[in-house]
Amino acid sequence: MTRRPRILAIAFAAVYLPVLLAPLVATGDPDRQQRDIPLVPPVPVHVIDAAGRLHAPFVYRVVALPDRFSAYGEDPSVRYPVRWFPPSEPYTLLGLPMRHRLIGVDAPGRLLLLGTDQFGRDEWSRLVMGARISLVAGPLAAALTVSIALVLGGFAGVRGGLADATIMRAAELCLVLPWLYLLFAVRAALPLHLEPDRVFLLLVGIIGLVGWARPARLVRGVVLSAREREFVTAAESAGASPARVLLRHVLPQAATVALVQAAILVPQYIVAEVTLSFLGLGVAEPVPSWGNMLAVLQRYSVIVSSWWLFAPAVALVPVTLLYYALAETLRRRWS
Amino acid sequence: MLRFLGTRVLHGAALLVAVSLLTFGLAALAPGSFTDEMRLDPRVSPETVAAMRARYGLDRAFPIRYAAWLQSACRGDLGFSLAYNADVATLLVPRIGNTLVLTLAATLAAWALALPLGVWAAAYRDTTLERACSAVAAALAGVPDLLLALGALVFAASTGLFPVGGMRSADGGGAWPALDLLRHLVLPAATLAVTIAPPVFRHVRGAMLDASRATGVVAARARGVPEAGLLLRHSLKLAANPIVTLAGLSLASLLSASLVVEVILAWPGLGPLLLDGVLSRDVPLVAGATTVAAALLVAANLAADVALFAVDPRIRVTE
Repeated sequence: MTRRPRILAIAFAAVYLPVLLAPLVATGDPDRQQRDIPLVPPVPVHVIDAAGRLHAPFVYRVVALPDRFSAYGEDPSVRYPVRWFPPSEPYTLLGLPMRHRLIGVDAPGRLLLLGTDQFGRDEWSRLVMGARISLVAGPLAAALTVSIALVLGGFAGVRGGLADATIMRAAELCLVLPWLYLLFAVRAALPLHLEPDRVFLLLVGIIGLVGWARPARLVRGVVLSAREREFVTAAESAGASPARVLLRHVLPQAATVALVQAAILVPQYIVAEVTLSFLGLGVAEPVPSWGNMLAVLQRYSVIVSSWWLFAPAVALVPVTLLYYALAETLRRRWS
Repeated sequence: MLRFLGTRVLHGAALLVAVSLLTFGLAALAPGSFTDEMRLDPRVSPETVAAMRARYGLDRAFPIRYAAWLQSACRGDLGFSLAYNADVATLLVPRIGNTLVLTLAATLAAWALALPLGVWAAAYRDTTLERACSAVAAALAGVPDLLLALGALVFAASTGLFPVGGMRSADGGGAWPALDLLRHLVLPAATLAVTIAPPVFRHVRGAMLDASRATGVVAARARGVPEAGLLLRHSLKLAANPIVTLAGLSLASLLSASLVVEVILAWPGLGPLLLDGVLSRDVPLVAGATTVAAALLVAANLAADVALFAVDPRIRVTE
């Protein structure tokens, strides 16, 4: 049981360190189109060459088969060893100018770990870069939701009366709407086509705003029950101001509930961003997001033949389970 | 009972008015409108755009437009869709039916699967099979509906066992229209059922476990009531309240999940229509679809309240 938090921390680092260092972990420019090799399946990394000899990991060059559309083979004449820090076109990482990726092969070989999409863009690089939007929007939106819930729920619980009634009626209003419908209605009220960074903020904003009702009700409940506790009464009778009682005695209780809620909300919000971008209401091409990467699967020919383009959807599963495990761990710790 | 129902209905109606005000207000606040796209078109003169705005009442103030909309909404007229050039109500009615068919089928399937499994898992807790079953449910809860729906699409496309989308065949299913509908329904309903079953399973299991520790059940066991009777006559009765409450609450997420499944598997329900409305900035359509979705939810919650009233005598006392 004591090892659980450590395992979780390692798992989170394994997911979010590549997100932080995305351009380094990518094996190429995620936007570069290679029209000569669209829809290449993942290129295998070999250790045994065509003649049966053992080598350090290497790839063969992908060649398009003649006379057939998007069918590929390997050219076994030259081996391209997978190496650390191969040179690349310049890019910036956290503001620093960089000229090398983490792993790759020398040109003209290509390391296509997850194949390419319909424009010949490297799917692995897009997955890693897309995570910077998809895996960050969710936590930010959840933080927004929980802050709103803490403020409104806390205020309703402390003040009571008219403020409480108004806030709780508003919460009921938001709960009676199916939340994806509400999200759509709010999205409909905002401009469809914007620059990528503004769309990102907009998505974080609306996803975070729409879900405030349920956690706010929970926070209010915690605040109401905390106010009845002896230590709060003691603080009040000792002459502590209402603000001090709220901040020092009531909010720490509510914050634990809010944190568990946040951990449950994050995967839901990540999927919400992916869904919106998938449906063309979120981050637009060419900036990669897991949602708009999946949008190509709406084409019949792609969905039946290009299984590797499911990568962003499949990657959502471990991420979701990770956050559920976090919520479970937090809950056990505090109950 | 009547008084209980009366307050619930009034409450629901008030919520619906608030919902419509919210969606209508959001749409009115939106920058840009349906006619803006026309302004960019050099072939459409400014006078034509102004005439269209006057015809659809877009030039009037917000409260007047909302009042007019609400008045006609009460008569069942939800306005006019600009993108479809048709009555919103006539557009919505078949879509509501289709969404109901899908969600009801999925709910029935999910509960038929999850309820007995949950009861069984509580009775046989900590056996290997039960642990495996709970682990599968936990893993399934982590699979987003988007992935499930895409997976269903691949399954249909590669095996050819089921149609890849739609609700009816082009020929109307020939001699067996009901069978044709069923064949189209299987995949979307199964997808939706898989997304809603895991939380139901977990909740039923938890409620049954709590109930089995209640004093009444312990007393019955002490009296020598056999385990099967204990489970079905005593525990299930106690667990009925939280289970029915969950049924009411889960309907909200049901419609959201249904939206994704409908869009991806091309089921002609409310979801694709709402998406079209959002993409074409069709205010009346978005407001109408959202309000109708809320109305469905209010009605479903009302049904859950009535069911709660029926299964739990404690509610009848407090009311």
